[in-house]
Amino acid sequence: MSTTLAPTAPAQDRLIVRNWKVPVVFGILAAFALVVFAVLGPGGTATFRLSQDGDAWQLPNLVLPARATGIVVTVLCLALAALAYRQTQRTGRTERWLGVSFAILFVIGLMVWIIAGTNTQNITLVGLFTGAMLIVTPIVFGSLSGVLCERSGVVNIAIEGQLLAGAFTASLVASITGNALAGLVAAAVAGVAVSFLLAVFSIRYLVNQIIVGVVLNVLVAGLTGFLFEKIMKIKVEGATIYNQPPHLPNLPIPVLSEIPILGPTFFRQSILGYLMLVLVAVIWFALYRTRWGLRIRAVGEHPQAADTMGVNVNRTRFRNVLAGGAIAGIGGAYFTLVAVSSFSKDMTGGLGFIALAALIFGRWNPVGAFLAALLFGVAGNLQSVLSIAVTPVDGHFLAMLPYALTILAVSGLVGRARPPAASGVPYVKG
Amino acid sequence: MSDNRAAPEAAEAASAAPAASAGEADLTGTGTAASPGAAPGQGNRILREIMSGNALVSVLAVVVALVIGGLLIAVTDERVGAAAGYFFARPGDLFGALWASVSEAYGALVRGATYDPTARTWLGQLGIFETLTIATPLILAGLAVTIAFRAGLFNIGAQGQIILGASFSAAVGFGWNLPPVLHLLAVILAGAVGGAIWGGIAGVLKARTGAHEVIVTIMLNYIAINLIGYLLKSPLKDPNSSNPVSPALHDSAVFPLLLGPNFRLHAGFLLAVLAVIAVAWLLNRSTLGFELRAIGANPSAARTAGMVVSRGYIIVMLIAGALSGLAGVAQVAGTEKSLDAEVAGSIGFDAITVALLGRSTPWGTFFAALLFGAFKAGGTSMAVNANVSIDIVLVVQSLIVLFIAAPPLIRAIFRLKSASSRGAAA
Repeated sequence: MSTTLAPTAPAQDRLIVRNWKVPVVFGILAAFALVVFAVLGPGGTATFRLSQDGDAWQLPNLVLPARATGIVVTVLCLALAALAYRQTQRTGRTERWLGVSFAILFVIGLMVWIIAGTNTQNITLVGLFTGAMLIVTPIVFGSLSGVLCERSGVVNIAIEGQLLAGAFTASLVASITGNALAGLVAAAVAGVAVSFLLAVFSIRYLVNQIIVGVVLNVLVAGLTGFLFEKIMKIKVEGATIYNQPPHLPNLPIPVLSEIPILGPTFFRQSILGYLMLVLVAVIWFALYRTRWGLRIRAVGEHPQAADTMGVNVNRTRFRNVLAGGAIAGIGGAYFTLVAVSSFSKDMTGGLGFIALAALIFGRWNPVGAFLAALLFGVAGNLQSVLSIAVTPVDGHFLAMLPYALTILAVSGLVGRARPPAASGVPYVKG
Repeated sequence: MSDNRAAPEAAEAASAAPAASAGEADLTGTGTAASPGAAPGQGNRILREIMSGNALVSVLAVVVALVIGGLLIAVTDERVGAAAGYFFARPGDLFGALWASVSEAYGALVRGATYDPTARTWLGQLGIFETLTIATPLILAGLAVTIAFRAGLFNIGAQGQIILGASFSAAVGFGWNLPPVLHLLAVILAGAVGGAIWGGIAGVLKARTGAHEVIVTIMLNYIAINLIGYLLKSPLKDPNSSNPVSPALHDSAVFPLLLGPNFRLHAGFLLAVLAVIAVAWLLNRSTLGFELRAIGANPSAARTAGMVVSRGYIIVMLIAGALSGLAGVAQVAGTEKSLDAEVAGSIGFDAITVALLGRSTPWGTFFAALLFGAFKAGGTSMAVNANVSIDIVLVVQSLIVLFIAAPPLIRAIFRLKSASSRGAAA
């Protein structure tokens, strides 16, 4: 018996399930690059300005000839597609660095094509990135909230509502107290309050978590809108006094802030910008390198097993949802204390849903969500930077990019985004 | 029959394949209690629902939501604040002010939504017709959420489906030249097709790749918003206007008005009623509807029974998309008569709350849509006459749904006996 079993077991191991999605997608994109970037590519050049006038270290402008870049990108893309084909034929899968380098190459080709096709043919990269941070920061806070909730098994569709509640409360409390930090704390409390409703209804009353999330978004939009009309429009001596929050100051870090491109983007921010970077690192470390994180992931993946091992599933979920609310609330404060100077109705404008997209595209991982948020933020800001220029591709299509990528991700066409197994399923002991 | 078998297995399936059945097993917490009663006689069912206390919970949820909304209105009213300042001197004033502020606001709401004898013109008195007009797209989009619900899918994408339907029907409405009746039919068909395409994408992805329909439909909503932004920038834009709007639809392409030129109520309302009847028949009387409900109750059991679950997902999302598309038609060919970026308003999201309030039954959705239409119509009059922001309507609507989705909470507030066990057994 054992002699007959021995050869069959390795044979089964060698049975390769080939996944052709990646080579096919690469091939289609490479063909797109061939036609659009190389053959039909615009003449002339694309100029990327790397430094601003006031910078300590001045970098020369990066000038790329459009069609030549297009040809180089196309050739490399085709090479990567061929490599992906070979890898798939041999091992059934493609290695991860292939996808990453393909994406980077393609984005470079796309950028050069877009910029060279505009009427001005140049773009300030620093402006593009610093502008993008205005969108990226709240998205990252929102995604981190989602990470904490979903990793413990609670779907958080209410990110949008948490951000909006944070923005409103921060503006109101900071205006009354005249202290931006007080506004920040209040925003966290408001986020926790929204989260508390989410937790009570989905964990205590076992209501479908998606329904609660959707409804909470409407509730917060209604509440903030109503209170905005009733309170924030009260005028004393001709001026509104409850919607004039003080700003959180920018705190440039001495040496780091002088690094070209990276400095202005990451190291000339308000305290919220640094808090965001710290939180990404801390939450990643806590989730994947500590006992606490292991428990949370266990609760999100297999609550019965976690319960058997003595983890209180619902208490863990409750705490995580509340913590997520605090983080998203603080992210909401960014709107009124840093980005703009007052609250307006529905000012989060769907960023909470982009945060959800970033969370999924980043595979429920804090660092992944951060990178996805950067990508989405740059795409979104590119759209507004280019909205005044005549471009080869309409800005609305750039704005669709995050959503389209997320759909591709959840349907398994670009990588495979798999949520925590028990996410969205209430846990009833017994 | 299969429903009875499905009930114990639903819990099993939920634990065996949690990721796949995240939105399927139990949508409202009461969904399982409501669905088994749907098959037998209609009259019996309605009677039993009231007896079992589910309808009572709905009514009480509305009451509690209105009370909380009223508190919010009262607390933020200046007169109440002033009276509270000398509460101990004359406590009666505070309660008088409270009553005045709330009754003024809700009075304006009710009068604006139904009949207002104090309005200056007799046309302005009949707010009921405005209620029906606003309810029309809500009924259609609500049905789109309802029918997907019954097949176990959570269609958050009504918003995007409405936009696509509206764009398609507007393009046909001002771009083609057809004889009167034929043109309107073409506009309706185009809207249904546009919405069905958008819904179908989510259905196909769900069926073929298992992509969660909630994520896909949310993302499709935002793609649709950007798509209409692009369409109104060049392809569908009115060249004679500086604003991003389409040219007006031809007269042959719009719904005829039902009550003459003084009211906005149009024939789209009749279309909505027809759609309710059709969906009710489809769900409760047809083989397809039985399959869809079986898939919604327990996909594994449905598969075992020989039904093709993936086909069901695609079909139901096509139908749901088409219904949302018809809501877009009602907007473009009924009230707006041209296409703009705000054509869907918040209808797609209101539709979710409408379907939840209607307990995912076609006629329940119909009456829930009428209620929300009344809220909107009355909210406008409340904003004008009682100086209460229309946003309070959003608060009340969302509270209603929260309370309805959590019957134990309402039972706890009113100390009702748990009726769910009786309801489920029946």
